[in-house]
Amino acid sequence: MAPKAAQSASTAKVAGAAPAAKAMAAKAAANGSASSHGPKPFTREQDLLAYREMLMIRRFEEKAGQLYGMGLIGGFCHLYIGQEAVVVGMQMATQPGDQVITGYRDHGHMLACGMDAKGVMAELTGRRGGYSKGKGGSMHMFSIEKQFFGGHGIVGAQVSLGTGLAFANRYRDNGAVSLVYFGDGAANQGQVYESFNMAELWSLPAVYIIENNRYAMGTAVTRASAQTDFSKRGVSFNIPGEQVDGMDVQAVHEAGSRAIAFARAGKGPYILEMQTYRYRGHSMSDPAKYRTKDEVERMKNEHDPIEQVRGRLLGTHRVPEDEIKKIDAEVRVIVNESAEFATVDPEPDASELWTDIVR
Amino acid sequence: MPIDVLMPALSPTMESGTLAKWLKKEGDRIKAGDVIAEIETDKATMEVEAVDEGVLAKILIGDGTENVAVNTRIAIIAGEGEDAAAASSGAPAQAAAPAPAAVPVPAASVPAAPRSAAPSYDASGEIPAGTEMVKTTVREALRDAMAEEMRRDDSVFVMGEEVAEYQGAYKVTQGLLQEFGARRVIDTPITEHGFAGVGVGAALAGLRPVVEFMTFNFAMQAIDHIINSAAKTLYMSGGQLGCPIVFRGPNGAAARVAAQHSQDYAAWYSQIPGLKVIQPWSASDAKGLLKAAIRDPNPIVFLENEILYGQSFEVPKLDDFVLPIGKAKVVRTGRHVTLVSFGIGMTYAMKAADALAGEGIEAEVIDLRTIRPMDVATVVRSIQKTNRCVAIEEGWPQSGVTAEIGMRIMEEAFDYLDAPVARVTGKDVPMPYAANLEKLALPNVGEVVAAAKAVLYR
Ligand SMILES: Cc1ncc(C[n+]2csc(CCOP(=O)(O)OP(=O)(O)O)c2C)c(N)n1
Ligand SMILES: [Mg+2]
Repeated sequence: MAPKAAQSASTAKVAGAAPAAKAMAAKAAANGSASSHGPKPFTREQDLLAYREMLMIRRFEEKAGQLYGMGLIGGFCHLYIGQEAVVVGMQMATQPGDQVITGYRDHGHMLACGMDAKGVMAELTGRRGGYSKGKGGSMHMFSIEKQFFGGHGIVGAQVSLGTGLAFANRYRDNGAVSLVYFGDGAANQGQVYESFNMAELWSLPAVYIIENNRYAMGTAVTRASAQTDFSKRGVSFNIPGEQVDGMDVQAVHEAGSRAIAFARAGKGPYILEMQTYRYRGHSMSDPAKYRTKDEVERMKNEHDPIEQVRGRLLGTHRVPEDEIKKIDAEVRVIVNESAEFATVDPEPDASELWTDIVR
Repeated sequence: MPIDVLMPALSPTMESGTLAKWLKKEGDRIKAGDVIAEIETDKATMEVEAVDEGVLAKILIGDGTENVAVNTRIAIIAGEGEDAAAASSGAPAQAAAPAPAAVPVPAASVPAAPRSAAPSYDASGEIPAGTEMVKTTVREALRDAMAEEMRRDDSVFVMGEEVAEYQGAYKVTQGLLQEFGARRVIDTPITEHGFAGVGVGAALAGLRPVVEFMTFNFAMQAIDHIINSAAKTLYMSGGQLGCPIVFRGPNGAAARVAAQHSQDYAAWYSQIPGLKVIQPWSASDAKGLLKAAIRDPNPIVFLENEILYGQSFEVPKLDDFVLPIGKAKVVRTGRHVTLVSFGIGMTYAMKAADALAGEGIEAEVIDLRTIRPMDVATVVRSIQKTNRCVAIEEGWPQSGVTAEIGMRIMEEAFDYLDAPVARVTGKDVPMPYAANLEKLALPNVGEVVAAAKAVLYR
């Protein structure tokens, strides 16, 4: 592939010597809004969709936590609770054919891609009806049909792999964009920068979504990262980046739409730092002693992505509480059915030990 | 319906814990996600969150209770509109039955590995009688294989350092850029970990990358993607997502480049389920097997050798010469001793066979060609005739390919052996630079001859 001509860096940032007011506006833009008044408000339909999708992830994850507690789910189990707005807002900005790839904190991504809750939950419990017939588990699931490419347990590996998906899109000239999710911890892996370099060099249609939830296991961002503004991590490759309020699904959607359009137009990769937060421990067995209860409570009470949308539904959109309760009940049914299935579905047949090794 | 709250397990190994303290009282309203209690294990204090909503109807296990078994009912939540009192009159606390419905399969019934029922292989029919043969170097044969497959299938592309404009660091990709253009012959930055991952990602998306490593020594930077991303994904996806990729390049000792540039990785990759590992010796096998590798739906490690690149062999002039992966070839027949090798190890085996013939010993020489899956049946058939075997490789002895060959013969042909299997390998040292030491570190023909005589008790 022919290297592309050098292009100017960030679209979202303003030159350093800007006066205070301008710097503020630039900051607002960097926070994902077109103006200083915040992102464009969602319509009633958009908010209803975002509410249902985020609630589905939250309830699913709570249920997964419960099944883990009952010993039905083994090994590692990384919950996405608190981060729902990131994947839901991004997914609302995609088109059919766009691909998604992420790490091991992947249940939310799968549900947002439209994968069946039963198949995901049954994989968590290691049953034959799971997406990987029970052979992959929580961290390793895939759906070609939904263009979800995993589900990867090696921190940072998905960044090169996702760049490869973008490479395939460019090779086929199919107009699809690859959404590559990774954490603030993963952002320190060398292969991330190897991938950034190639993605920009070859103008690959990739959107890199850094889910900065402030911690990598027990390590706060400030203890691991020399540059904690992850939107700048592409600067030396001329990849534009933005910091986004990842607790606000509208802000995510707006920045995501901009980034995806940029990549789809053939302008190359784009970086979005989603400022988000995970309420639960890193995995189920993490007591989370590295942060205060206060910090967690503040995020839950003041920034919860689902409560923000619920507030708008009840307020601005005047959706009757009953209608919202109906959504809650529908979601609960789907989640309970998935748990029921994941409990009664048999384990894979012993003969599956030897299948799917080579084709 | 009232909902039981059970004592949760916080890790796969936790069996019981202390219910340290309730954060809600009976009668409190509870939402999903509310922290209702704290429990302690020997490792940590953790919070218990409610999954359902309703009213905390009854606490069954009080603050400070120790050794509460996982899955014991610790409280009851009454659903919306339910009578909390009715709920609380439920059955007394008891340890719940072990949760998983499915019973683990007892170890005794582990299903046996599917043994390849494939009979020993006869390579004599690979090239039809009367086919015109053309003297070709291994280098040209590899290039021709790639070019033919690229003409046949637009999803095949080549990427790596210096493969395009420079025409290949070892000129294996000579002319490909000119014929196929920069879209399909791609110079990468020096970024093995990254471009291996990009290649695997492209393969997961259905393309057929041929990823060249300038040498396999540098693929150690990329081995995570070769093993964790390429080899395991089919299994981890329950057979959904294959990875049709070829990783190729020179492997093993070149000449006078010392320890970091002289290592044979055959044994490393051959251990990995999900990979196929090919290490050809002759130009015709190089061509037929590389074409097969590019068409194969699995990830393939294709190990070449710099010293062999310039050597010429007879290659059949056929429109589409594709060889089966996983089949050994009897390159020379004999009845006294079987010499088994692969790749450049074949040069020692063939010269040793010549030398042994001078002393009246007829050696049968088998080229494994593919290391994984290994065609043991063809080796066994030979041993049934010769009753003696020497295995040869340039790699290190410990856990090497010859170690595997020896063990497989023990398992499958012990009764046919008249002597223990012997092996000749590279010495158990990093490759030295000095010419004399390098020579000592590599196997040599004399060692193979001596080993053959030893198994013949001569
Ligand atoms: C290469 C590698 N190193 C270490 C680990 C162990 N590990 C798993 S998750 C994790 C923390 C990653 O944190 P981050 O990227 O911020 O993602 P988050 O868990 O916050 O979503 C570590 C160190 C791993 N899986 N892979
Ligand atoms: Mg993190």
